[in-house]
Amino acid sequence: MAVTVEAVGLTKTFSGRERPAVDHVDLATEEGEYLVLLGPSGCGKTTLLRMIAGLEQPTDGEVRIGGDLVNGLPPRSRRIAMVFQSYALYPHKTVRQNIEFPLKAEKMPTEKRRQRAEWAAELLGLSELLDRRPRQLSGGERQRVALARALVREPSVFLLDEPLSNLDAKLRATARDDLKDFHERVGTTTIYVTHDQVEAMGMGDRIVVMLDGQVRQVGPPQAVYERPADTFVATFLGSPPMNLVPRDGAIVGFRPEKALPAEVLTGGRDGHRTWTLDVHRIEYLSGDRHLHGLATGLGEPTPVIVRLPATVLTPIDAGTTHEFVVRDEDLCYFDPETEMATDGPAG
Amino acid sequence: MVRLADRDGFLARLMLLPAIVYIVALVAVPFVIAIAYSFSDVTAGDPSYDWVGLENYRANWRDPVFGQSLWNTFLFTLVTMVLTMVLANILALLLTADFRGKWLVRFLVLLPWTTPAALGAIAWLFMLDSLLSPIDWILWQVGLLEDGRHMVWLGKPGLAKASVIGVQVWRLVPLAAVIIMAGQTAIPDDINDAAAVDGAGFWRRLWEVTIPLTLPVIAVAALFGAIITFTDMSLVRVLTNGGPVNETHVLASWAYTKGIDGGNLAQGAAVAVFLLPLLLAATIAILRAVRRWEVT
Amino acid sequence: MTAVATMPIEQQRRRAQRRYVVSRIVVYAVAIVASLLAAFPFIVEGIITFKRDQDLYAPGNNPFVYNLDPTTEHLDYLFTSTGFLTFVGNTLLVGGCVVAITLLLALPAAYSLARLPLRWGGALGITIFLVYLIPPSLLFVSFSRLVADLGLQNSRWALVVLYPTITVPVSVWLLLGFFKSIPRDIEEQAMVDGYSRLAAFTRVAVPLAFPGIVAVVVFAFTLSTHEFLYASAFLSSSGEKTVSVGIPTELVLGDVFHWQELQAAALLVALPIALVFSLLLNRFVSGFTMGAVKG
Repeated sequence: MAVTVEAVGLTKTFSGRERPAVDHVDLATEEGEYLVLLGPSGCGKTTLLRMIAGLEQPTDGEVRIGGDLVNGLPPRSRRIAMVFQSYALYPHKTVRQNIEFPLKAEKMPTEKRRQRAEWAAELLGLSELLDRRPRQLSGGERQRVALARALVREPSVFLLDEPLSNLDAKLRATARDDLKDFHERVGTTTIYVTHDQVEAMGMGDRIVVMLDGQVRQVGPPQAVYERPADTFVATFLGSPPMNLVPRDGAIVGFRPEKALPAEVLTGGRDGHRTWTLDVHRIEYLSGDRHLHGLATGLGEPTPVIVRLPATVLTPIDAGTTHEFVVRDEDLCYFDPETEMATDGPAG
Repeated sequence: MVRLADRDGFLARLMLLPAIVYIVALVAVPFVIAIAYSFSDVTAGDPSYDWVGLENYRANWRDPVFGQSLWNTFLFTLVTMVLTMVLANILALLLTADFRGKWLVRFLVLLPWTTPAALGAIAWLFMLDSLLSPIDWILWQVGLLEDGRHMVWLGKPGLAKASVIGVQVWRLVPLAAVIIMAGQTAIPDDINDAAAVDGAGFWRRLWEVTIPLTLPVIAVAALFGAIITFTDMSLVRVLTNGGPVNETHVLASWAYTKGIDGGNLAQGAAVAVFLLPLLLAATIAILRAVRRWEVT
Repeated sequence: MTAVATMPIEQQRRRAQRRYVVSRIVVYAVAIVASLLAAFPFIVEGIITFKRDQDLYAPGNNPFVYNLDPTTEHLDYLFTSTGFLTFVGNTLLVGGCVVAITLLLALPAAYSLARLPLRWGGALGITIFLVYLIPPSLLFVSFSRLVADLGLQNSRWALVVLYPTITVPVSVWLLLGFFKSIPRDIEEQAMVDGYSRLAAFTRVAVPLAFPGIVAVVVFAFTLSTHEFLYASAFLSSSGEKTVSVGIPTELVLGDVFHWQELQAAALLVALPIALVFSLLLNRFVSGFTMGAVKG
């Protein structure tokens, strides 16, 4: 019974502000999709999510859930569940009371409520913790309680607002796997807000990249990464980001790991572009080498970063000059005026 | 060499000293002296100290006005606090809501508390006047009171007590509301949003989220209000001066009447000493509430 | 799924809209009722200030309107022929002195308790607050003797000596919360930069605690206008009285109430204080929470 969520021309301008926080966003999920809203802080992704939840009233535009226009409906009539960044557990209620709270609001009979809460707790491995209070739980446990509270009444849509950002790095990796597993089991349409591109790339069926209240690109992780729609997406995603080299009337971009030393290439250089790098500095990061230097021959001389995987053994020293190649199909082109992606060099 | 201005331990004592000396000299010592007075025959006219043991307490105990004052003190405090807490919670909810003209409403509802108690009582003195009372006039208009007849609010024991309680509630609700409001605004927005998403309506959110989470603050407000009601004499003094026939005296006003008006400092002190046990209980309760507040 | 969720969307929307409208109506109704209940006596005060005696005292006259032309004669009388302005002057004088003494005693004490190494610091902080709970109704017994010994009978300076017994404990408690909320790093930075601990207090901590100081100033000053017990016990000549005791005692001669003057005076004192409070309300709310949570 997965449903879709749609935003049509959705706009939110907070009173006293000139710029809209969310600016004419059109967006539609597929049924059962895991859609990730990604962007720097202040880009409007959380406001967008809160409008879908009904916690914020849009200035303009429509929200549709399962095809029904839900503008003007309170959150409780929208068949959604939400997990907040802070988890927002009720500190005075036990885990069991927290999980049962949405069911109590639906006036479900006590006995049934109990069973459902236990089912949800079981699903998330919380059965032992039902009588504890939130303050007695670890960060990971709290996050699971928040999730249990969200899923217990089987909503049509899950809305998750940076649910992992309060966890430490180690827990975050496991929690990410758990969330993904969980989604695969229940198959509920999920919208997930994050500023962390690793989470976005790892979890999303599709990624929506936002900036300044606008959607800059929507697509599967690989497409967004390899074919960014504009220079913002190109540099926001990837670490280190895409190299951008101005060349008469265009900007050429390539990902740092797409460049290889020329001598590694065994076949001919057809379909490749050759250029030279003045290597200034080398960093070793987890076995990979990051070469910082000045690129010439691609366009105007520009500082770039090249990432050589551990498997490339070519000796390169700082202070030397080296020839590199990039496959033509790995090059991206952008219009320097609009910063939007173009098809490539004209002619 | 370390300058004195840098020696933390020395500085700590030096900075604390003036306040401590002042408090010891003007609170601790007078406090002990006042209690000592209650066992003496000191009067305004004859300040020489003669020990009389429990004589003042015995005299008070035989005095029906003392019994009435003691009873009134508890009655007024209890009824005032129950009414104040209900109204203050409603007012706090109002003041945290968004609406037009909130600034004006806030100004108006704060008036009773920010006005000096004696002057607030003056305003009510007119409202409750035996001949001029505007309240009587309203009752005539709506037909609850026969034209030309008067309630004589402050002249009948029952009505006078109700009036004292009513004015005290009127005065304390704004204070309690402001304190409770502090607690309500301290609830994280996420919790309120979560309750909305979880499907809780206004009443469910009120009873299951807002009130449980502000309970410690409500307790603090109630205790502050109780202490103020318990020790206040200005309202009774201005509104009824204990009348009619000493029916509305409280311990504080009776102690004043005996000690200053009557000049019998020793008996006045013996009356006021009865305030201490309850204040002690209130103190312990406040400390507990604050500690619990820190934990959550 | 519940009944609510299965209701047609349009019906749910109408229902939500209706609820919104109802909730707005309730909010405004409560706001109006609360304002009226709170302000009723003050509104009446404002009206009768300008009433003629024949209007005010005529039985059966509507008390809320002017049955005869309004007059300012009573207001004139209040300012020219009563001690009202003297009371106001005395209150300002006492208030100013009490504020100064309170800050001088409470600021260093609060800082000392908040920051410096004292073995019994925590307990001492609580004890100082508990001092506030000792009732004036008991203390005035010994104070009447003290005031006489100091030769301050019937002098407003007696109040300047006594009021800090109430303001200092509360202010120490309030400021303690504010000082604790200032990050230690900032003072430590000042000390690393070459200032002494004392200079770190006066030049860094005190300015940063400014909101708390404002709260203390307003509190100490309002107490001086509110306090009734000590003022009525130790002041008897009208030249020394403050507003809180001067107005109720001096504008009533025997059984004769000068209602118009009395009410005008009460209103003229009440309004400015309420104005200051509502401007600073948010600061007080945060001050209270800080003091309570961290004290």
